[in-house]
Amino acid sequence: MERLVLDIAHILAGGLVLVSIAMLYQDRLTSMINVFAAHAIVLSMAVAWQAWLQDAPHLYWTALIAIVFKAIVIPVGLHRIVRRLGIHRDIEAALSTGLTMMAAMGLVALSMALMLDVAAEADPLAREDLAFALAIVLIGLLVMVTRRNAVSQVIGFMSLENGLILAATAAKGMPLVVEISVAFSVLVAFIVIGVFLFRIRERFDSVDISALDDYRGERQ
Amino acid sequence: MTGFDPVVIVLIAPAFSALLLALLPGYVLTSRLNVLASLVSLVAAFSLFGVERPAPGPYLIVDDLNIVFIALNCFVGFTTSVFSASYIAHELETGKLTPAYLRFYHGMYQAMMFGMNLAFVSNNIGLMWVAVELATLSTVVMVGLYRTHEALEAAWKYFILGSVGIALALFGTILVYMAAQPVIGEGIEAMTWTNLVARADAFDPALLNVAFVFLMLGYGTKVGLAPLHAWLPDAHAEGPTPISAVLSGLLLNVALFAVLRFKMMMAVNTEAIPPGPLMVTLGLVSLIFAAFMLYRRGDIKRLFAYSSIEHMGIIVFAFGMGGPLANFAGLLHMTMHSLTKSAIFFAVGHIAQIKGTQKIADLRGLTESHPALGWALVAGVAAIAGLPPFGVFMSEFLVVTSTFARAPLIAVPLAFGLLIAFGALFLRLTGVAFGKPVGPMGVSHASYAPLYAHLALVLMAGIWLPPPLVTWFQNVAALLG
Repeated sequence: MERLVLDIAHILAGGLVLVSIAMLYQDRLTSMINVFAAHAIVLSMAVAWQAWLQDAPHLYWTALIAIVFKAIVIPVGLHRIVRRLGIHRDIEAALSTGLTMMAAMGLVALSMALMLDVAAEADPLAREDLAFALAIVLIGLLVMVTRRNAVSQVIGFMSLENGLILAATAAKGMPLVVEISVAFSVLVAFIVIGVFLFRIRERFDSVDISALDDYRGERQ
Repeated sequence: MTGFDPVVIVLIAPAFSALLLALLPGYVLTSRLNVLASLVSLVAAFSLFGVERPAPGPYLIVDDLNIVFIALNCFVGFTTSVFSASYIAHELETGKLTPAYLRFYHGMYQAMMFGMNLAFVSNNIGLMWVAVELATLSTVVMVGLYRTHEALEAAWKYFILGSVGIALALFGTILVYMAAQPVIGEGIEAMTWTNLVARADAFDPALLNVAFVFLMLGYGTKVGLAPLHAWLPDAHAEGPTPISAVLSGLLLNVALFAVLRFKMMMAVNTEAIPPGPLMVTLGLVSLIFAAFMLYRRGDIKRLFAYSSIEHMGIIVFAFGMGGPLANFAGLLHMTMHSLTKSAIFFAVGHIAQIKGTQKIADLRGLTESHPALGWALVAGVAAIAGLPPFGVFMSEFLVVTSTFARAPLIAVPLAFGLLIAFGALFLRLTGVAFGKPVGPMGVSHASYAPLYAHLALVLMAGIWLPPPLVTWFQNVAALLG
């Protein structure tokens, strides 16, 4: 029984890593948003499992927030923005899919090697979740680095935050921060969607930030 | 707690006025209220020195270290609000901003002050993280306030890099909790900073090491350390000038404060890697990198933004060296840098309003056309470059001599970086300050008082430091270990 409980926690956390990797090879914005919604669903399942395991009812709130905001509200909002801006075009990734996948595998291996070694004495549940969480954070960074589009960068950032929430829930009895960080991720998402995209759209025809890159400020 | 509690006022005044200012119409009224709210925070901050301190709770703490930061924060926050009140009207006249944006601007200004003060008084590493994030988000929207191409790119870059930094810092915070939890137990107690410092010797050193690397990279991004500094020059150059002044003078200090808190915790655990060498390396890299970058700047606000990276490098270097003398020098340098750099940005704000440009090539002969402003800029640059008799000279001198005494080999690149930066600043200054005046010759309507007040303080600190201040800094330096 003990073994099974652990295995389910691992499957859920490992599934989150897989969805993160799936995010890397999406070449359309709409499918990227859908993958992010799936990411949020898996996250909420992982968090809910942890809540049951640790007997920590407040974590159910985190799971609920993840599913309501990250899996429904934000993806719906992003779909609307993408449609309104007319950017269902392909995403141009800076690196080829093969290379990014290789990089992602390297990052997963790195985080496993690092965290399993460092947290050798910690509770096995927390240790392995922490390793998965670090992998998700690093892949989120990779998404942000390889994408040039503002919307996909925001998605990359939100997947990175999902990794942080996984880590926070795995740390047994961690107070406050779960709720606060969820509230903040929502805030961040809203600020990004509301303020930035809106403003950028107002000034430019495309949300592609490479359009902004023309200006470097150093040229005279 | 009964009666007068300055800690609460330092937090409530900006939080309440942030809401109020966002709702009130009329920029004249809101800019005055902004000054008033900043004054209230300032008075409360200084009264912290006098009143009896409450015992550290699970969320808030007042100790010798953070009082210095809060007082400096509220002081520069107040003078900048005075500058901003007289400066911002001009932006309205030139049509760069609309009244609705100004309302938003003032609300955000106080929200930022609230975030920074909360970060200083928090005794909880989770709360501190939230506060730093709040301060960052409110400055992001202010950097993008002008909504030009450049401002949006700057704000976007700042937002993305700042968020990544803050995310890494959160991961580090979680790891610290993981290290503390077996020793202190579950719950809020294991995130309280006073408990962490008291028990850190029993924490798992391997976890602490990884945690510190994440915290250093995360908060280091916000300090503007090279190679994580890419957001800083853009954010300084494209936002409104009062925001450049608070970014350089205050927000960088907030992140530095977080690094110092964790450094103190690391130092307790003797088995963990000492935090010093990492900080010394990052500090030196930032100093030398920024010193070289100073040479080819075409934009005057970018020039001084790189100078901020350079000085944050020096400060992190000094705290990384540790020991009573280097810590004292680091604290003094931080104070002097905040005062001087915000003074320089006030001067640059006046100049940009008169000339209508920030391009160094279009700024000439200011001492001739506008003596009051030109000479103030000369004084400011002389101060920041580390010339006597200004306070920055004294703190840089202390950093260099204490390093020579302990590790002469490290002192060589330090002195080299300082000299390179010195040369670059004066190369740029001669053109701007002297030579034949060009461009519009109007007058600036913004108030000169904050500029002169800051320069006077920096000059005074260079000549005579009040003994109570010296004792206070010595105490804090000993505390920092």
